[in-house]
Amino acid sequence: MYGIAGYGAYVPRYRIQVETIAEQWGADAAAYRTGLLLSEKTVPGPDEDTITISVAAGRDAIARAGIDPREIGACYIGSESHPYAVKPSGTVVIDALGIGPDCHVADFEFACKAGTEAMYVAYSHVKAGEMKYALGVGADTSQGAPGDALEYTASAGGAAYVMGGDNVVAEILHTYSYTSDTPDFWRREGEHYPRHAGRFTGDPAYFHHVLSSAQGILERSGLKPADFRHAVFHMPNGKFPLRAGKLCGFKPEQLEQGWVVNLMGNTYSGSSPTGLASCLDVAVPGDLILVTSFGSGAGSDSFVLRATDRLPTVQKLAPSVRDQLVDRRINLTYGKYVAYRGKIRMNES
Amino acid sequence: MISPRYHREIPQRYRLEAGRCEDCGEIHFPPRFVCRKCGGKRFAIEVLPRRGKVLTHTTIWIPPAPFEIQKPYVVAIVELENGVRLTCMVAEAPPDEVRIGTPVELIFRRLQAQPVWEVLQYGYKARVLAG
Repeated sequence: MYGIAGYGAYVPRYRIQVETIAEQWGADAAAYRTGLLLSEKTVPGPDEDTITISVAAGRDAIARAGIDPREIGACYIGSESHPYAVKPSGTVVIDALGIGPDCHVADFEFACKAGTEAMYVAYSHVKAGEMKYALGVGADTSQGAPGDALEYTASAGGAAYVMGGDNVVAEILHTYSYTSDTPDFWRREGEHYPRHAGRFTGDPAYFHHVLSSAQGILERSGLKPADFRHAVFHMPNGKFPLRAGKLCGFKPEQLEQGWVVNLMGNTYSGSSPTGLASCLDVAVPGDLILVTSFGSGAGSDSFVLRATDRLPTVQKLAPSVRDQLVDRRINLTYGKYVAYRGKIRMNES
Repeated sequence: MISPRYHREIPQRYRLEAGRCEDCGEIHFPPRFVCRKCGGKRFAIEVLPRRGKVLTHTTIWIPPAPFEIQKPYVVAIVELENGVRLTCMVAEAPPDEVRIGTPVELIFRRLQAQPVWEVLQYGYKARVLAG
């Protein structure tokens, strides 16, 4: 049996409300709330980035796996906001977590689906018998241009997964990926903020790839939507994953637990991995879970997982996603938000 | 900080690795070459516990330039569960959230990002425990 041996998720403490951003730009907050189906998003603190989020989530994943971190043979960090242009995020993460140096490390990028890529490659290594455990992380401190629709959703957070053949809490039964060259969202070298193709990001990009991937894994596995307790679809906003789920044949109650976007925003590479972590927080042995990510450019990775008897014994070893979303939030003003996100030009110190 | 020095200090800054004197058992953090208690020179690595409490604290209103954006912030002396004390920033906490005796845990954060051509510096900060 191969799959997830331990998982952890991290949600920053800072928030900004949709109303706060709309007020800044003279926009209609109510229209954004109903259009995007979200009320606030997470904001990384001035001392947080993809590396610190990966370490926080990774520490909880290792604790839930109950293993010596030196047994982890690979560490992959999926993000589109790696702090360095040249220098890996993963080297900092392994040294902070006590992994390695006998370890293969790489940083992945693929817009919002770099996290599930990291999970997929980590899982493939342990399934191939190359190593006992491997860590796959999806984390981001995503950027949206000031005033752009993305600014209401681009948020921060992430989740980490220790894959292994021992101590499995959720067995991975099937995987499937669907990819094509679809230019819906991009950022060229040297550009500060990403560009997107407006409505083109919907049907030809998100829905085509998400539905093809989800339906592809259902066909290959012989499973039907009613077999699943939970289903998670990448959450660029509140509406897209609910519509994708409905089009695939899932009911609202199957989508509810993994739908964290209304309080969290779009954590990009951390989005569907965090939704999966939220499902693992409550799943009971035997529950089937479907996860489908989406990365612009474009592609989707799907996983079918089944919770094992070990899952309930590790759920309380670290904070749940839902608790982190609700506990001790600090709301920011727009001024504080742009300062923390580095959008104010300061004198160099 | 120049990168060779930063690299040397990674075990203590990232993983809280202290030095335990193999002659008298005294724990030193940061690690030392000579034991301040018995003069011993043989040390074993001792990873410090992450939980502790605030022994004392102060609020920084006029910080050095790289920390300007974070003001006001709290700097505390934290006593860990094994009695070892260290000084660090308290992340996220509004000053009125930190008191003498407040339970904290040590977390991994970016300590400095300026100047932009230097390596990013990471290490430990304290965070107030919920409840």
